[in-house]
Formats: sequence, C-alpha cells, structure tokens
Amino acid sequence: MAHEYSFYPGCSSQKGASGSNQMVSNETMCDKLDIKLNAIDDWNCCGASVGYSGGGELARLTISARNIAISEKQHPDQDLIATCPACWLATRETQERLHDDPQMMSDANKALAEIGVEYQGIKKPARHMTEVLVEDIGFDGIAKPVTKPLEGLKIAGYVGCQSNRPYGIAGESFENPMYLDKMSEAVGAEALTGYEKKASCCGGALMFSEQEKSQALVKEIIEAAYDHGADMIMTPCAMCQMNVEAYQSDINEKYGTKFDIPVVFYSQVLSVAYGSTASEAALDGQLIAPKKLIDIANK
Amino acid sequence: MSDLNQKMVEKYKGNFLQEVINNVEEGETMKMCMQCGVCSGSCPLGPHWEYPPQHIFMLIRAGKRDEVLNTDSFWNCTSCYNCIARCPRGVQITHVMHGLARYQKVLGLAPKNQPTEKFSQLFWDNLVQKGRVNELKLGLSLYFMNGFGEGIKTALKNQKLGMAMMKAKRMNPAEMFGGHGVKDPAGFQKMVKKAHELEAARIAGEES
Repeated sequence: MAHEYSFYPGCSSQKGASGSNQMVSNETMCDKLDIKLNAIDDWNCCGASVGYSGGGELARLTISARNIAISEKQHPDQDLIATCPACWLATRETQERLHDDPQMMSDANKALAEIGVEYQGIKKPARHMTEVLVEDIGFDGIAKPVTKPLEGLKIAGYVGCQSNRPYGIAGESFENPMYLDKMSEAVGAEALTGYEKKASCCGGALMFSEQEKSQALVKEIIEAAYDHGADMIMTPCAMCQMNVEAYQSDINEKYGTKFDIPVVFYSQVLSVAYGSTASEAALDGQLIAPKKLIDIANK
Repeated sequence: MSDLNQKMVEKYKGNFLQEVINNVEEGETMKMCMQCGVCSGSCPLGPHWEYPPQHIFMLIRAGKRDEVLNTDSFWNCTSCYNCIARCPRGVQITHVMHGLARYQKVLGLAPKNQPTEKFSQLFWDNLVQKGRVNELKLGLSLYFMNGFGEGIKTALKNQKLGMAMMKAKRMNPAEMFGGHGVKDPAGFQKMVKKAHELEAARIAGEES
C-alpha cells in the first residue's frame, strides 16, 4: 500500500520557480517508491528565514498556522511533510511555539479568525521529506527500486543547515549527518563521507543582500568537494542548490578559480538510479549539466 | 527619537535586560547565557559582526541599550542555526538575533541602507501581496532597491544568470503578470494585519 502524506510544496517548488527541478524529480522519485503526496490546497508562504524582520513573530507563526490548519482539515490523518527545509522548519517551529505559549496561541487564533480558520494545536510534528525516506522507507527500501546502480559516481552529500539544525533527522548528529551518504550508497554511488563542508552554511537568503560574504562561504563548500574528487554535490535544499550552483562563474571571476561542478537534489540522483529519463529526473533543469548522471539516465 | 522608542526608554528606566526579555522573540532564553562564546565562534559570518552574539548578550546585561540598538550586527544572521545547535545552555540565539533586528526596526532604529534589512522587507511585502512569493518580482525589486541606475546595472550584470534560469525553466517571465498566490489574498492580508496589530499592542503594553 502506498505511503500517503499531506504535502506542503512551498514557493520555490512552483512550476517555473527556482526549485522546480526539485519538484519534478521529487514526484518521479515518489512514484517509484510508492509514496503519494497530497498537496494542501491553497497553502501560503512560510515566511522563510528572512521573513522575521518584516513579519515579526506573531504574523510569521500565524501564516504557518494557517497552512497546518488547512492541512489538518483536508488530510486529517496524514503527516504534514515538506521538501523545502525552510518550509519544514517554519511549520514545525510554529507548532512548538504555539504549544508552549498559550498567549501566542490565542493571538494567532484571533488573527486566523479574520479568515474563519482555527488552529487547534499540535497533533504530530511536521516532517521533512528526507525523514519520510529515512524512517518510513528505510535505506533498504531506498535501494529496492534501483535498476541502474550509480557505480563509480562520487557524490559529496551537502546537507546544509535547515534540514539539519535545529531539528535535524532523528539519529543523526548536527556536526556530521550521514543520511545523504547512506542514500548515495543505497543507490550504488560512492559517498564522500569525509566531506567536511557537508553541514556548512551557503549564506542562505543573504546571497541576495550580502553577495560577497555569501559567495566566500560557497567557495569553501565547492573547494572541499573538489578536494575529495567529487563528480557532483548533492543536497536536499532548494536554497543550497541554487546558491551553490548559480554563482560559480561569479566566484570564478572573483577568485580565479575554475569551478564547474554540478549541484543536484537527492531526488534527481535517486530518480536516475530508479531508471528514470533525464527529463523525468529534471536534469534539464540544471544550470551546470551533471554529465555523468545524464549519461547514466540515457543508457 | 520615535514615540515608541521614547516610551520604552521611560518604561524600562535603564533595565535593558528586562526590555529585551519582554519584547524580543525568545528574549527570555538569553538569561541562560554563560558567555562561553561558542555562538560567536560558530557563526559563518562571525568575523563580520561588530558585536557577535556573545558580546551582544553581555552588552544587554550591562544595560548598553544604545550600543545594541544602533549596531547592524544581527543583520548578518544567515539563519544557519549553528549557534542554537551548539549552545550548551539552550539559548535560542538565532531567534533572539532575529528578534533584536525586528525590535530595532519596530523602534524606528534600523540602520539606514542595511542591505539585508531592505531585502527582508521586500521579501515580506512580496509574500503578503499574494500569500506566496513571486520570485521574479522579488528579484527585480531587489535589483532596484538601491535606486534605478544601480538597478539597471545589477540587472545587466545578472542577465546571463536570468537567461540560464529561464532556459532551465526555473524562472517564468509570466510571473510578472499575476503569478501564483492564495485564493483570497485580501483575507490573507487582513489576517496578517490583525497579527501585526496584536503584536504592536503587546509591545506598547496595551491589552489586546
């Protein structure tokens, strides 16, 4: 029987948005793993990480509470999950904050009453897509649909920040999370387990406002992947993917480097291992073509 | 000095720690700080802060209100949560830094031309308009946040990336005309407005 979840897609996953390659490949991957995602109808933005200053605390918690309340109404018995680490974090944080602070809870519901919505409180913590894979499917389950083992492919698993901190995946450490490495190995690739920048920050939204400071961070993330002989960097986060992939030519110009390394989502890597075509795995959505992965997909 | 700022100075009479505890997101957790400095050492942009988090906590305890509310330090927070993950005392540092930035802004003290302050306001305004972020409009407003001439320069500089994103179907020019959103944006805005009113009333010490 299919695993079913209430799904919060988030802004960057929209058709034609910066993370649409994640959306497409995630659907492909879920098909192969018999996971059914039921998108919440009429979801809104979570406020992401920079929403704090324009939004303040209560408005930010209120907009996420709206998503949770709608999800519980539409898919009452299903876990709420998100592919985007920021969406997940904001949702889960809202559940905790409103649970711990009755005044905040009451105020959030006063604001929600303006649109006739009521948030009833935490039922089950929101989950990240990778938690579904690790906990509900398991690494054996991830290995099962493999038809094209990714032999010889060297992958630097770049976990980044918000899928890892402050909540993270159960059983993992904040400093050296291993789940991406285990995923790589489950589909026959070589995991570069010693990749020391796996949990480093890419600058997040500050890539837009503080480009130099953020690009200095990304430079180190890429350099370390090259040091380990990586063919590609693999991440669960749309922000990380964009920041590490899109500015390589800027960084090259600034630092005299010659970076040209593909940055893909784990859902793209798994999809290819499961026999999907390059376009089903959204490999045409990359700015730097992951040639080795495309070759395997075309085989 | 803004009216609210004046009011707060009078209300807390030099007890800045209490002011932070009462008005800054997760502010009460900073009471647990033992000045170990792990937060400052863990921050990816640590070297760029005038006062890194540990120093800010010390300044708050010392009642150095002007120093804290006039620095742009916390706008360097990338929300990586390293500090929270490593703090041995459970201080919700990331949130306190966000909260200080927000409080500074509410008091009318946000530093002029702070790029992250500007961007985060653009981001929030963008999302409130339709309930979802319109990446194209956000990108363009970001280019032009420092004026028209600067905007044209930035847009030209980023043209190559924009074209590549479009080719990869990760940027949609049609978003300029409408774009995605919630079904009832007016209702969404009403809800956000109510939340802002409730929060403002709480900070001003009025019963909601």
